[in-house]
Amino acid sequence: MKQSRIVITGLGLTAPNGNTLAEYRQNLLTGVSGVELIELRYMGAQPAGVCHFDPLKYQKKKDVRIGTRAGSISIHCAREAAVDSGLNWEGFDKSRAGIYLGITEHGNVETENEIYNVSLFKHDMKFWSHHHNPRTVANNPAGEVSLNLGVTGPAYTLGAACAAGNLGLIHAAQMLRLHEVDLAFAGGVSESIGTFGIFAAFKSQGALASHPDPTKASRPFDKKRNGIVVSEGGCIYTMERLEDARARGARIYGEVGGYCVNSDATDYVLPNSVRQAECIRRAIAHAGLTPADIDIINTHATATPQGDIQECLAIGEVFAGCPDVNINNTKSFIGHAMGAAGALELAGNLPSFNDLTVHPTINVDELDPQCDLPGLVLNQPKKAKRVDAILNNSFGMLGINSTLIILRYRP
Amino acid sequence: MTKDECKKLVTEIIADIAPDEDLSNLKPDVRLRDQLQLDSMDFLDIVMELRKCHGIEVPEADYIQLASLDSCAEYLTPKFNALEAKR
Repeated sequence: MKQSRIVITGLGLTAPNGNTLAEYRQNLLTGVSGVELIELRYMGAQPAGVCHFDPLKYQKKKDVRIGTRAGSISIHCAREAAVDSGLNWEGFDKSRAGIYLGITEHGNVETENEIYNVSLFKHDMKFWSHHHNPRTVANNPAGEVSLNLGVTGPAYTLGAACAAGNLGLIHAAQMLRLHEVDLAFAGGVSESIGTFGIFAAFKSQGALASHPDPTKASRPFDKKRNGIVVSEGGCIYTMERLEDARARGARIYGEVGGYCVNSDATDYVLPNSVRQAECIRRAIAHAGLTPADIDIINTHATATPQGDIQECLAIGEVFAGCPDVNINNTKSFIGHAMGAAGALELAGNLPSFNDLTVHPTINVDELDPQCDLPGLVLNQPKKAKRVDAILNNSFGMLGINSTLIILRYRP
Repeated sequence: MTKDECKKLVTEIIADIAPDEDLSNLKPDVRLRDQLQLDSMDFLDIVMELRKCHGIEVPEADYIQLASLDSCAEYLTPKFNALEAKR
């Protein structure tokens, strides 16, 4: 059976360096970081990517109070995507819309807050909030969007560590092809800067970034990189079958070309370049392409000493003999937006279909020789000969790998 | 504490719990649910705020006493005053 072509018709985002695609893209092309210092419970000042959107644009004060930060981020992104898509949302059959959001984790923020709250009352559990369960169920961010938008179709999250942003889009493409829904709100979300536990665990692991200048703390591929900058953020796309998008005259950002999700099955945290290379190769094959057809590789690299090298090994192997491929990294600007990373990083590159410009990786003062791939775009944007295919890598703990390829839309 | 002071205090709690609501014309003798968009979780919030901020316990069987500002004042004012007398 011939599969439907799946296209992206709208997007909404909030990133540490921009609340609209235009603002975000402009900052990616002009080297503007979104990382700043935050005061974190028990941890003190830490570099982090903080979003500065207005939750009250789309939510009542009461809903902000009862809900979660991830819920607010998701609602902001979904609402912006709905507007951007040009859909007649009010007239749309909301039982035929689905919400698929990737998350790295959810509930840590709220649980830590409650434990802190009851500690102020000698750990007397009668002070534990009745809002805890709806705030911490894993589907919370998607559920809050369904409440806000009135979506009565499927709404849930996909837990896939830091591969999750890609997973949201991949799952949406599958559900659209199965005709389970006619419209998908798909992407990823993170509220992780609110949980000291994630910072503390990365620190214990020797994988938490530090730098006197927070804007320089996230430095993938640089010899002096020393770990991850944790960020919040979100990016949600509207995705549709091509025939539906064309029927309503929608603007099309790009088309899902191919994808792959696989697992290392080797370690809890250490990446595996062999499985990553396999994931990339399978995604390319799924798209019916060869490595030479890929124009931009947006790397997952999080600026951990080992992780960046492993991904570079994988890319170096698959793309040996592809001198024209451009390789960049968005985390150098915004830190690691966890479940939102894949979706946000893709958004930062989609405008390249139009402007043929590749945003750089910033903060590379001294390139690590072990990361010295021929196509790296460092510190300054670069004009590309061609941008017809963008390959987006997102990898996560417990060895989950995801690669998503978005193609220039051609009727 | 007078009953009017108690009503003012409860209104302040409601202002935090239902920040989108206009509380300027609350009728003290009308059920809060009939004037405001409050659900059962909001009433639990009122109970929690009374516990956290004022040390007042409202047993579940007495939740009905929080129906209106007047009934709140009738029920809560003696509790506030008993608590004050202990201090």
